[in-house]
Amino acid sequence: MNNPSEAIDQGRRGFMRSAAGVATVTLAPGVLLHTLANAASPGPTAGEPRAVQVTDQVRYGMLIDTTKCAEGCTACVSACDRENGLDLQTMPEGADPALWDRQEARWIRKVKVQDNLTGKVTNLPLMCQHCEHPPCVDVCPTGASFKRADGIVMVDRHLCIGCRYCMMACPYKARSFIHTNVEVKLTLAPRGKGCVESCNLCVHRRDNGQASTACADACAAAGHGAILFGDLKDPASPLSQALAKLPSRQLRENLALNTGVRYAGV
Amino acid sequence: MATALVTGGRVILGLAGALLALAVQAGGSNFVIPGSQAAKEQRCVEPTDFMRRNHMEVIKHQRDATVHDGIRSTKHSLAGCIACHVAQGPSGHPVPVNDDRQFCGACHEFAAVRLNCFDCHATVPAGGPLGPGGGAAPAPGVAPGTPLPPGHPQTTVR
Amino acid sequence: MKRIVYREWHLAPQRYWGLLALLAIVAGIGGLAFWYMEHQGHWVTGMTNEIVWGTPHLFAIFLIVAASGALNLASIGTVFGKTPYQPLGRFSGLLAVALLIGGLLVLVLDLGRPDRLIVAMTSYNFRSIFAWNVLLYTGFIAIVLAYLVTMMDRRLRAYYKAAGTLAFTWRLLLTTGTGSIFGFIVARQAFDTAVLAPMFIVMSFLYGLAVFILVLMFACAQDERPIGAYLLNRLKGLMAIFIAGVLLFILIYFLTKLYGAKHYDLVNYYLVSGGRYTVAFWFGWVFLGLLAPFGIILHPVLGQDRRWLAGACALVILGGMASLYVLVIGGQAYPLSLFPDQTILESGFHDGVGGQISGYAPTMPEFLLGLGGVAVAMLITAVGLRALQLLPESLADKEVDPHAAVKA
Repeated sequence: MNNPSEAIDQGRRGFMRSAAGVATVTLAPGVLLHTLANAASPGPTAGEPRAVQVTDQVRYGMLIDTTKCAEGCTACVSACDRENGLDLQTMPEGADPALWDRQEARWIRKVKVQDNLTGKVTNLPLMCQHCEHPPCVDVCPTGASFKRADGIVMVDRHLCIGCRYCMMACPYKARSFIHTNVEVKLTLAPRGKGCVESCNLCVHRRDNGQASTACADACAAAGHGAILFGDLKDPASPLSQALAKLPSRQLRENLALNTGVRYAGV
Repeated sequence: MATALVTGGRVILGLAGALLALAVQAGGSNFVIPGSQAAKEQRCVEPTDFMRRNHMEVIKHQRDATVHDGIRSTKHSLAGCIACHVAQGPSGHPVPVNDDRQFCGACHEFAAVRLNCFDCHATVPAGGPLGPGGGAAPAPGVAPGTPLPPGHPQTTVR
Repeated sequence: MKRIVYREWHLAPQRYWGLLALLAIVAGIGGLAFWYMEHQGHWVTGMTNEIVWGTPHLFAIFLIVAASGALNLASIGTVFGKTPYQPLGRFSGLLAVALLIGGLLVLVLDLGRPDRLIVAMTSYNFRSIFAWNVLLYTGFIAIVLAYLVTMMDRRLRAYYKAAGTLAFTWRLLLTTGTGSIFGFIVARQAFDTAVLAPMFIVMSFLYGLAVFILVLMFACAQDERPIGAYLLNRLKGLMAIFIAGVLLFILIYFLTKLYGAKHYDLVNYYLVSGGRYTVAFWFGWVFLGLLAPFGIILHPVLGQDRRWLAGACALVILGGMASLYVLVIGGQAYPLSLFPDQTILESGFHDGVGGQISGYAPTMPEFLLGLGGVAVAMLITAVGLRALQLLPESLADKEVDPHAAVKA
């Protein structure tokens, strides 16, 4: 938690503060009152829980520079597992390990691909791509699968009935179904049998004013810095600047989903 | 059929509420678990009578605000409830709030209302703060929540 | 043509209650399987994060598709005015509702959170075809029940044609909805084609008819009610047409895949290299489920034998399950095209390394849950036949065939 690489992006924070101001002015009077009441306390600073609604002034996303992604390194995967309590899943007694391996939830995984023509090998982390037009949201019968105003695609597990249609619809196989009882849970990452879940861009960190995601931090700490997290709508953010310079693309861009996660070097 | 279910649900809830009221009358007024943070506080986040009858509505309202709007600053967070109402066991570890004789578990057991929250939510403060008071649970010197593998973001005191 | 007389099912009590007990036991075992799966979680099934819909869904989809198909017999009589089918209308309505309830039950009991059924009934996302299906399925039950009432109550005869037409339209929408569950999925190569919606409609005609004929023959045999050769010949003819229809749609499906975009690999997988899915396609679906029954019912000798006809219907049903296995499970097992023109060498999440297809080994609870749904459907049918005047006393030629008097 005291990672030096977790330096706070002041530019983005400033932007968010002004965005909050805009939201305050434009929102309904009732909400305005609520916001003013909150504004009496110190404004949103680092580590402070969010007091105002998320807005679409921000769109969170990532750039993954696959040229920096090291073969065999799984720092991002283990960091995600720790951060979101995925390593607390236990194989049920009597289960077949090979089958359980396919039933266990995973939010991010490393993939190694080779181009059929050129033979070029690429390593990359793959997770929910946080589409602007997410197929999982379209197909969800109850509206449990939703896109937050700031672009994070996530599951409201209070509404999820466990039909798994979103898993059928996701082109990235980003989602996992919880196949068994979960004994130990983290406060910041609730998890229970019978619901579907996936990467939420460390939404608890977003709402507590932290700068980055667990995977991006871990990648930086491992010395690779292949994952850059930030606000796609802020032209001054390091993410936007990097995207402006580096040629990047979406996975399955033929589907025109406008993903929030972009890849360079694939 | 849906309407019948809803009506049935309401009847059950009403009965449970009546039972709860009976229980409150029978047992006096204080149900906080000795040794929990709540026992040291003068009052809950809302008047006690209000919370007894409406805590589920309060939590549900906060749940939607948190999940969909990202609002985590208010005093109505479930993590806050747990942090404040969790008791410390003899070994110094917090006791899950839904255990038989604990704050949530005891009352729901008596009222025979199924407690759904902890299918997914942590029953002890573990894994970092969420909302005010979320991480403020353990008194200094008390071991944090259920033992977690090394490297987990542990409960922090802010 | 004579006036048709409908009578309750007059089985000897031992036989009737014995049948009910048998069905109740199978349904009860299905209930236990549900309880076990719900209590343990889905790890006790063969379903994984790759194969997210498994055997319960095969049963559920089959029953739902067959339900709308079983209503066809009533529709042909009402909407298209074919009098020989009209005596079958009441039974057709009952069977349709029973099959749908059985199928829905399996679908619902396989949910990760079946306790939240109320959420599915109250919270809708209307961009989702699934949400529409919740309304289509419940609406189907209501409309068919109303249709049944107009068939049975002389005072409501004025509404008979309107109710029948509405039910027919609704069943077409329902099956379109079921096919669209898969047709709308852009992520998977095997789905993602609008042809699946009409294909499911033709499949529903066939599977519903096969179930209908089998149950009708059983119900009549138990109560010693005659079925004339005239009616059976007409039903057989219908079946042959529907088999041809399904074959045509299989052809269209693969041609669409071949012509539309680069899906040669998918077609190759289904037709040649897909291992058990290829076997299930050729042997289970095409040969056992379509060609063999087609040959039997058109055979001059075998086609006249009722045992062979029953066998042909059973084959169609088996082939129907195989078709859903190929489409639903096979479609999921085929790896996602995550990186077109690249080969996945390693993956931490089973992404079809080297193009490998996903394995799926169903477990016993999945089967038992599915069979439980079938038993519930048959239970409803049996009780309905016994309690209500749904089945004609006789389906002999002289009652049904409009030209019987002339022939005689």
